[in-house]
This record gives sequence, structure tokens and C-alpha cells, in this order.
Amino acid sequence: MTASLDIDLRRVLRPLGGGTHMTVWVALALLILLGTLRYDNFASAYNVSSFLGYNAMFVLISVGMCLVIMTGGIDLSVGTVAALSSVVAALLSPFGLVVALPAAVLTGLAVGALNAGLIVGLRLPPFMATLASMLAAKGTALVVSDNRAVPVDWTSDFTALGMNKIGPLVPWTIVVAGLVAFAAWHVLERTPLGRTVLAVGGNAEAAHLMGLKTRRALILVYLFSGACAGLAGVFLASGYGAGQPLEGAGWELAAIASVVVGGTLLTGGMGSVPATVAGALLFGLVFNLLNFENGKGVISLSAYWQSVIRGAFLLVVILLQVRFARLQRALT
Amino acid sequence: MSKGPSLAGRSLGGVGEPSAAPRRSRLDRRLLGLVTALVALILLNIAITPNFLDVRTLAVNVSQVSTIVIVALGMTLVIASGGIDLSVGAVMALAGALAPLILGSGVSLAQPALGLALSIVVPLLVAAACGLFNGSLVSTLGVQPIIATLILFISGRGVALVLTNGNLQTFQNPGFTWIGTGRLLQLPVQGWMALVLTLAVALVVRRTIFGRYLLAVGGNERAAALAGAPVRTVKVATYVIASTLAGLAGLIEVALISASDAARIGNLMELDAIAAAVVGGAALSGGRAPILGTLLGAAFIQLVGYTLIANGVPDEATLIVTAGIIVAAVYLQDSQRRP
Repeated sequence: MTASLDIDLRRVLRPLGGGTHMTVWVALALLILLGTLRYDNFASAYNVSSFLGYNAMFVLISVGMCLVIMTGGIDLSVGTVAALSSVVAALLSPFGLVVALPAAVLTGLAVGALNAGLIVGLRLPPFMATLASMLAAKGTALVVSDNRAVPVDWTSDFTALGMNKIGPLVPWTIVVAGLVAFAAWHVLERTPLGRTVLAVGGNAEAAHLMGLKTRRALILVYLFSGACAGLAGVFLASGYGAGQPLEGAGWELAAIASVVVGGTLLTGGMGSVPATVAGALLFGLVFNLLNFENGKGVISLSAYWQSVIRGAFLLVVILLQVRFARLQRALT
Repeated sequence: MSKGPSLAGRSLGGVGEPSAAPRRSRLDRRLLGLVTALVALILLNIAITPNFLDVRTLAVNVSQVSTIVIVALGMTLVIASGGIDLSVGAVMALAGALAPLILGSGVSLAQPALGLALSIVVPLLVAAACGLFNGSLVSTLGVQPIIATLILFISGRGVALVLTNGNLQTFQNPGFTWIGTGRLLQLPVQGWMALVLTLAVALVVRRTIFGRYLLAVGGNERAAALAGAPVRTVKVATYVIASTLAGLAGLIEVALISASDAARIGNLMELDAIAAAVVGGAALSGGRAPILGTLLGAAFIQLVGYTLIANGVPDEATLIVTAGIIVAAVYLQDSQRRP
């Protein structure tokens, strides 16, 4: 009886990322519960939809980063790629979403291809290769935008993606981000390519010797991360009415933090896309709750506290993970 | 190539051992390459850049590059131990935010000399504590360096902003501003500081037991531990040194403009420092600490940027060129290591 219950429970939890990734879901549930009980308008349609709409960009780049980190790599270029793509999208916004969106995603893909070329072709360390492309993307964004924000064309349908919602609650951006995350999860968990990605992160040499197409997997992962960043740039321009060449600083590290909070190890070989999505939402939620707490007027924490709290939060999660890892080692 | 010499070179290189001859000559070749590139750039500038040989041109470049050099020295040590420190820019902001607060406090108004001393010592101690925090996470808890230093990267600047409430902190204290605006022999004081620190760190790496342990730990941590090297202490020490130097750089930047802006000081410094170290010959895999290379690497990146800007290339385009330099440096370094 209990055995069958166990199995059922595991089956329910598996899509969320399984046992090692549960911390993030529990934390997310607790924070949502706290917010709902403590603040009147927390669960309101306005707050939920604007929260989801804003954090869709971070969900996207975190999902891309998650796959890269699973291969044992890292992609520092995502923030400036999003900025560059937002500029590209804004410049092309008069032609409508059909032109601006693919162009911005292609921009992201191009930087992803550059990263893949440097890492797989020239065998540069991912950290240095993507650091270089991060600077290059930023420089390009500033040159293309002439060093200022590029306003979008409000008469075209470009801003529909960033502004419109399905019903009162669900912004289109989070739907798109959710679909991308689902696709990533599906590929990772259900296809040979996904197995290869994990195998590369576990032991690249062994994966190669087993005859897996490790180079192809690596190339695809960096292309995917670039495309995610490109799409995030479209959200940025579409939701805020301008291409932002200076936006995106530190996004890459926020994405890495989301991935780590989701329980994915930086050494690669394991990880969970759903838990990463939860990690990204969790970081956004910390900021959202802080706003509400200030609104209550009991305490007044300036916006500067949000980064202090996020950092402290990251520390707590890492300490917990260290503990779990030690417990696990002690048990085996 | 046989494996023997390259292995010996890896553990002893740069220490100044006669037995490490093959390794040293390779390092020297790399430094020679950098020096050649620098000389070529200087000759090019003499030819095309107006007023390049003016001492003021030199002073501007020195004052811009010296904080990068100071931070990059610590970064090179951390990288040599096999780590990385993303928090240096945030530590700069934190140290920089503290100094004006102390200079404006009651203690300083009552006893100016004590206030001046405290405004330098306290921020450096706080910076050192940040390094201790990073180092403990990395060495004692085994957290990966990128993640461990990410914590202070995120919250260090936040603390600085909270302390100053996000305001620009201005102050007037000739004694303090001297470290940013003073001149010795017509050149900025911080340039001399960077030079002296470079020589000091180079001596530490080449001539002390700490330097040997550092390269051993970075080259092969397990082997170093089995050979009795104090791995944890060495690692913690590198993070403490890196943070303290970052704190000093933060103070210099504050002194330079007699104001502290926590949102701006040290922004993206971690990238500049990593770039300088890598162009100078440091490898992210650890085990190499080419300190003079770091100085030359920083100077090279600075001079390339200056050449472009002085000749009318927009500021933004220099980022793309810097990216190209980094890729070339890492590629060359990698191909040297390959058999």
C-alpha cells in the first residue's frame, strides 16, 4: 500500500525535477502563501499578470542557461545579447512582429553560433569565449543604437506581444516563455539529444567515446541559449516600448543564480528545467514581496535592499545544498 | 613532445627554479610577445596620434589603468589557484562607500588625523573580510568559485547602496584625495602604487613559499594537498588579497573624484581584471601566475582603447576590439599548451 503510494508520489514529483530540486518548489510555495495571506492585492489579477509578464524574460534566459550549465559550460553573453536583440527588434518594429521577432531571434542565434564556434571549433573555455562575446554584443548594441534607447513603432503590432494578455491573468510573454521551457524540458527528458546533453556534462570524454554526438549537442545548446536571449530581447523592447542597449547588465549572473537555486550543479551532468523556472520566479518574487512590504508602511526598505536580500537568499540556498550534498555522500 | 618537461614546467614554472627552464622560456616568450605588441602600438601612436608623447597623455592613461592593474593583480592570484572572483567590483563599491561616511563622521571632525587613518584602514578591513567570506565558502564548504563570489557580487553593491541610500557622497579631504589625484614625478600616485604592488606581488609569487604553494594548488590541488601544502589557507589567502586590493582600488576611485557613487564604482571591474589577467597569460585552469604579464596585459588593453578613442573611433567600438583581443589571447595560450 505504502509502496504504491510512494511510486505515485514520485511520478507526480518527477516533472517538477525530482527530490534534489524540491527545495526551490517548497520555497516558492511558502513565499506565495506568505504573499497571499499578508498582502491584500498580492493575488490580484494586476499583480499576477504584471509579475509574470516582467519575469518571462528571466525565465527564458534562465532556461537557456540551464541547458548550457548542464553541459558543464556557461554563457555570460545572455544579458548583452538580450540588449542587442531588443535594439534590433525596436529598429525593425515598423515592419511588425513578423519581421522584428525573427530578426531579433536570429541576432541571438548569431551570437550563439559565435559562442559555439569559439567553444567547439577553437576549443576556448566557455567562460572566456562568452565573456568576449558579451563585450562584443554590448559594443554592437551601442553602435547600432547610437548609444541611446531606440523607441519602438507604436502603430505596428509589435507591442502586442509585450502588452497583451490572454484574459485578465496570463500575459503572452509568459505563455511563450512557458512553451520554450516545456520544449527544453521535453528535449532534455525525452529525446536522445537530451541524454547526450547530460552525458556531455557528466563526462565529455566518455560521452564522446561512447559515440554520442557531443559536438552537435554543445553547438545546439549554445544556439538555444542565444535564441532564448534574443527572444528575451523582443520581450524587453515590446513590453517597455524601446530597445535598451544598456539593459541586461548582470542578467547572466541572475540567470546563473536561478539555475543554481533550482538545484542544478555548475559542474554539469544534471539539472532540471522546471526547477530552474521556479528559481527564476523565486528571485522575481523576492522583489515583488519587498514592494508589497514597503506598501504596508510598517517597514520601509529601499529598493537597494532587494539585491542584499537576493544575495542572502542565494547564500542560504547554497548552504542548504552543501548540507544536502554532504548528507548524500554520508549515506552512500 | 614528451610529457615530462611540460609537467615539470606546470608545477614549477614562474618560480625562478633553474630546473624549470623550458617553462620559463615559454612564459618569457609570451611576455616578449606582449612587449612587442605594446612597443608596436606605441610606435603606431607616435606616428598617428597627436600629442601622444606629451607627459599628460601618459598621466591620463596611467590614472585610468592603475585601478585595473591593482584589481587584476589579486584576480591573477585567485585565477592561479584555480578560482575566479566576480565580487571585486562590488567590494570596490563597498569600500568606496565607507570612506566618505567615515570622513564625514564625528570622529573625523574631532580628530582629522585619526579620521583619515580610519577612512583608509576600515574600508580595507571590510574588504578583507569580504575576501575571507569568499575564501571560506570556496575552500571550507567547497562551493564553486563562480557561485561563491556571485553572492557578494549581487549583495555587496546592494550593501553599499543601502549604506549611502543611493546618494552621491561628496567630501573634501585633501589628505584622502591625494591617493587619487596626487602626483609624484609628474605621474599619478596611484600609478606608482600599482607599480610597487605589481613588484611586491611578483616577488611574493616568485620568491616565497606562499608563491610555490599557490602554483602547486592551482596546478594540481590533490597532489598539492598530498604533498602537504596548506591548500585551504592558500586559497583563502588569495581571496583575501584580491578583495583587499579591490578595496584599495575602490578608495582610489573615490579619491579621484572626491565623491562616492555606489552604483557606479567598480562596475564591470571584474571583467576588466579577468581580461587583463588572461591577456597577460593567466589560465583559468590555474597553476600560472604571470604577474608582470598582468601589468602588461592591462597596459595593452588600455593602450588599444586609447589609440582607438584618440583617433576618433567611438567608445563603444573599443568593446568589440577588446573582445577580439581576449579571444586571440586565450586562443594563443591554448595552442601553446597543446602538444
